[in-house]
Amino acid sequence: MLDVAAMLEVSSLELRYGAIRAVKDVSLTVGKGELVALLGANGAGKSSTLRAIAGAHKPASGAIRLNGEDVTNLSPERMVRNGVAMVPETRDVFPDLTVAENLRLGAFTRRADVSGVEEDKARMFRLFPILAERAEQAAGTLSGGEQQMLVVARALMSRPRLLLLDEPSLGLAPTIVGRIFDMIAELKDSGLTMLLVEQNASMALGVADRAYVMRLGKIAADGTAADIAAASDLKALYLGS
Amino acid sequence: MAVYLQFIIDVLSLGGAYALMALGLVIVYGILRLVNFAYGELIMVSGYTMFLLGDSALPWIVMAAAGVFMAIVGGIVTDYVAFRPVRTKSVTAVLITSFAFSTLLQNAALLFISPRPRNVPLPDIFSETVRFAGVVTPARNLITIAAAVILLAVFAWMMKRTVLGVAMRAAATHFTMARMLGVSANLIISTAFAISGLFAGIVSLFWIGRIGSVVPGIGLEPLLIAFIATVIGGMRSLQGAVLGGFLLAFIDTGLNYSLPQDLLKFLDAFTFSLVILILLWRPAGLMKGPASGQRT
Repeated sequence: MLDVAAMLEVSSLELRYGAIRAVKDVSLTVGKGELVALLGANGAGKSSTLRAIAGAHKPASGAIRLNGEDVTNLSPERMVRNGVAMVPETRDVFPDLTVAENLRLGAFTRRADVSGVEEDKARMFRLFPILAERAEQAAGTLSGGEQQMLVVARALMSRPRLLLLDEPSLGLAPTIVGRIFDMIAELKDSGLTMLLVEQNASMALGVADRAYVMRLGKIAADGTAADIAAASDLKALYLGS
Repeated sequence: MAVYLQFIIDVLSLGGAYALMALGLVIVYGILRLVNFAYGELIMVSGYTMFLLGDSALPWIVMAAAGVFMAIVGGIVTDYVAFRPVRTKSVTAVLITSFAFSTLLQNAALLFISPRPRNVPLPDIFSETVRFAGVVTPARNLITIAAAVILLAVFAWMMKRTVLGVAMRAAATHFTMARMLGVSANLIISTAFAISGLFAGIVSLFWIGRIGSVVPGIGLEPLLIAFIATVIGGMRSLQGAVLGGFLLAFIDTGLNYSLPQDLLKFLDAFTFSLVILILLWRPAGLMKGPASGQRT
């Protein structure tokens, strides 16, 4: 573990879908300013873990702590107010709302701060010029890559201290994936703490400080990004040979 | 010529009331995917509030405002009593609790007031008629049209321009995602019920204004109308609810004008036949509503 104060601390997390235990005994930490990757094959329980941290899935047992405070059973809306923003896997833009309306919703928790929200919107438009061009267009008409940018921008509108990214590269063309990861690296340089779930291990390890590898609902390995990348049995960890 | 104008006024005034009824039902359905069967009782609540104030010396507009206010309170109470405790449990549970709350309110009115019709104060202008371009029409009809237009415009503005309105549209598409952006589920749902109550309250003024009295079962017909209008228009689309309301009024009024005298008693049968034809053509309703959707 790096020598930084833990912002997020997950201990012995267990998640169930009915009788199925999707995640068992998962513990992980994310330090302030760190970019931590959570890797693993499809169905390993990565997204479920992330959803539990965002408050969208109630854990069967275990604890989630944010800056030392217990936040295990808080609602999703409370987690946002605590500074946690989620970029979901399915790129859930609100398709019938315009790009500008989507961004406005991202700042829902700070809606009283009208000028601050406008400022942030202008900042997002500078960061993602294509969104400025499409501001009045319905979000459902954007391309996959543009929607991904919108979802990230929307999450940033809440001025999060911890950003949860769920498979930001999923289903995107390789050049777009490259741009998304450039953007993640920029956000990291700006000091934002992030937990990144990815199937694309090489891309994720390229930007991450540390990584956890999940298999069949458990943490199978963890270490610095370089160590995990160097581990010759990465494929074995993924596939469970 | 005059008969066409008369027809248009009748369709618009009936349609305005139907559209407001349908909107009040669909605003809750769109977000919760649950029909509030206690919706009609909000109209009853407003009616009895006005009856209870009827002997006082208050001006009518104050009594009307009190009725609308109580309907809004009734809407929010419906959320707290019938929906919130069981919302996340099962659809069946909410179905039963909303029926139960409806029955409870009706029986409270039966028990504490009377099963017999009770007179509701009406403003003088409701019984006046207006004559123009060869048409004689109750002033009430024109007021209904004006009220519907104003309310629909304010509602459209709110849904489009305010953060809360945008959040409600978002919650109707993808509730969990909206919550993950910090939109409070309870706030959105209570607001939806309050708006639902507002529409029911306004509608009650005109609905009860046609009859002049209130009975415990007064809410049944508006609930049925609202339900049919939303089914025609598309259960999940706000525009659809408005369209459905006006279309249903058009069918009703059209049949009323064109059916021979001895067939008029079968008006509902003709109306429902046309509704069935529309649904055969468009089973999901005329407007589809937001692309994705899920229950909370």
